[in-house]
Amino acid sequence: MNKRVNTLVLLVLLLTGLSYGCIGSTNGTQTATEKPKVLTISTTTSLYDTGILENVVAPIFKEKYNIELRFIPKGTGGAILDAKSGASDAILVHALPKEQAFMEEGYGVNRKVFAYNFFVIVGPKDDPAGIRGLSVSEALKKIVEYGRAHPDKIVWVSRDDGSGTNTKEIALWKNAGFDFNELKNESWFGTTGAGMGNTLLYTSERKAYTLSDIGTYLKYQKEGKINLDVLVDKGEELINVYAIIIINPKKIPDKDFEGAMLLAEWLTSEEGQKAIAEYGKDEFGRPLFYPAVPVLKSEQGDVFRWILKYGFMKDGDKYTECPEKFRYQPKYDFFEFPASVVEG
Amino acid sequence: MAWDYIIQGFSEAVKLIDDPYVIEIAIRSIKVSGMATLMAVAWSLPISVLLGLKDFPCKWLVKTLINGLMGVPTVIWGLVLYLMFVPLGPLGSLGLLYTEMGISVGQALLITPIIMSIVVNSLESIEGEIRELALTLGADELRASFQVVRESVGGIVLAIIAAFNRAIAELGIALMIGGNIYVRGGVYNTRVLTTAIQMYTVRAEISIAIALGIILMGIVLAVNLLSNLVRKWLE
Repeated sequence: MNKRVNTLVLLVLLLTGLSYGCIGSTNGTQTATEKPKVLTISTTTSLYDTGILENVVAPIFKEKYNIELRFIPKGTGGAILDAKSGASDAILVHALPKEQAFMEEGYGVNRKVFAYNFFVIVGPKDDPAGIRGLSVSEALKKIVEYGRAHPDKIVWVSRDDGSGTNTKEIALWKNAGFDFNELKNESWFGTTGAGMGNTLLYTSERKAYTLSDIGTYLKYQKEGKINLDVLVDKGEELINVYAIIIINPKKIPDKDFEGAMLLAEWLTSEEGQKAIAEYGKDEFGRPLFYPAVPVLKSEQGDVFRWILKYGFMKDGDKYTECPEKFRYQPKYDFFEFPASVVEG
Repeated sequence: MAWDYIIQGFSEAVKLIDDPYVIEIAIRSIKVSGMATLMAVAWSLPISVLLGLKDFPCKWLVKTLINGLMGVPTVIWGLVLYLMFVPLGPLGSLGLLYTEMGISVGQALLITPIIMSIVVNSLESIEGEIRELALTLGADELRASFQVVRESVGGIVLAIIAAFNRAIAELGIALMIGGNIYVRGGVYNTRVLTTAIQMYTVRAEISIAIALGIILMGIVLAVNLLSNLVRKWLE
């Protein structure tokens, strides 16, 4: 027995030595092959869950600039917390009020709007609350009525995770005359505290209604994971505007400002806009996101006005994607239009 | 219907098992948790040996504390370490958030009380007899202690195996500190088996989740089998 113990001790020592050796040598080779630069990008789950960031943006960026993009998918709220704690170089978000607060606090600069699509209210095919084709406010009123009549069922599912979609949902409830925090206490009103994909799965399971971004919905529906119909998709307030905000290097040092600016430039460049427009077309028959820059350049149409109204910030008598005071050594131009375009 | 779903998932999963992507994630899992185990063993073993062989006041309190730490949920570790590791946090300058090393450090902390608890118990269970035997046979204190440690090698092996299995199977730290980052061919990826299984289940991509699950179970079972063989061989 003693002999065996001795052999084992020897073996363990040998293995430990070997593994330390291995770890040491991998470190060695990694520095030798020159690690690519890394950018940490906090992003909303609605962008991430569609796969566009992993499948399109990251590979192109790596090839073009030898910069590796680390995407951390969280809700807009979580993305902002990461950024404030110094974890990210830029954030990709879609919640104007939260973006504005983030920039007011001095954390973000050089905001660029790069894509848009629409939110939709989805629900079971048989539509028990009868909301198909209604306006958003009417539909929400019907859902509350139906929910209060069926307190033993989950009728509406809310993400309730501080995300951009959740922020939009709260605003829509308010427009329809309800207080989100009060509704939350009613028994028919379910909350997941989770990302868009998770929430859609749960909603489908419970045959309930929810607010979703169109991209995640299309992807999940197409892949047969959920059984929900788009019931309400009309209304300017459903527009969903995605923006990138660069972390202010003065507020949080040691972040890769230059790299993050490259990403913003690329997303709004002709190449980036084309990639956004193409993503999902083959698979879903329609793109999951629309490029925002061509619309802004055209300066006309309903969508143009809606992007300004719901995705731009007011700066004096102008609507701009990034007010003057939040600009920091920009290498690109910002869109700005007179307030009369929106306010008529 | 549910069964169809699972059976189909399984048959597709089997095809995915030798997919380079799946293998990459599995290897990262082993690497990250192996590193965690190495670190945890490096700092736990000496302390455990001292704890197991020496008597001192309040020893019971220290042992209670270690046993208590075994029950800390991994999400609590995840939360605490996130707050420590964010760049502007107290340990931010180490740059551990969203890295493989960050997960390893977190898992090492998680499994430290497990290793210590098992090793201390196994030392104490044989300490009395063996030490006395050794002393009567004419060994000095140091040699007697050494003999006790050697006799409890089985317990130490068990501790290491249990710790590795706990590390590779945990989700909270891997997700909150690692972030489940994956870019094709990326150097900074942190996606491991548990975070990938969680993600694919949420995305309802069941077959790949099952494939990864089979691999994870395979690793855990293989390591257990190995530990049993080693212990049998020692006896």
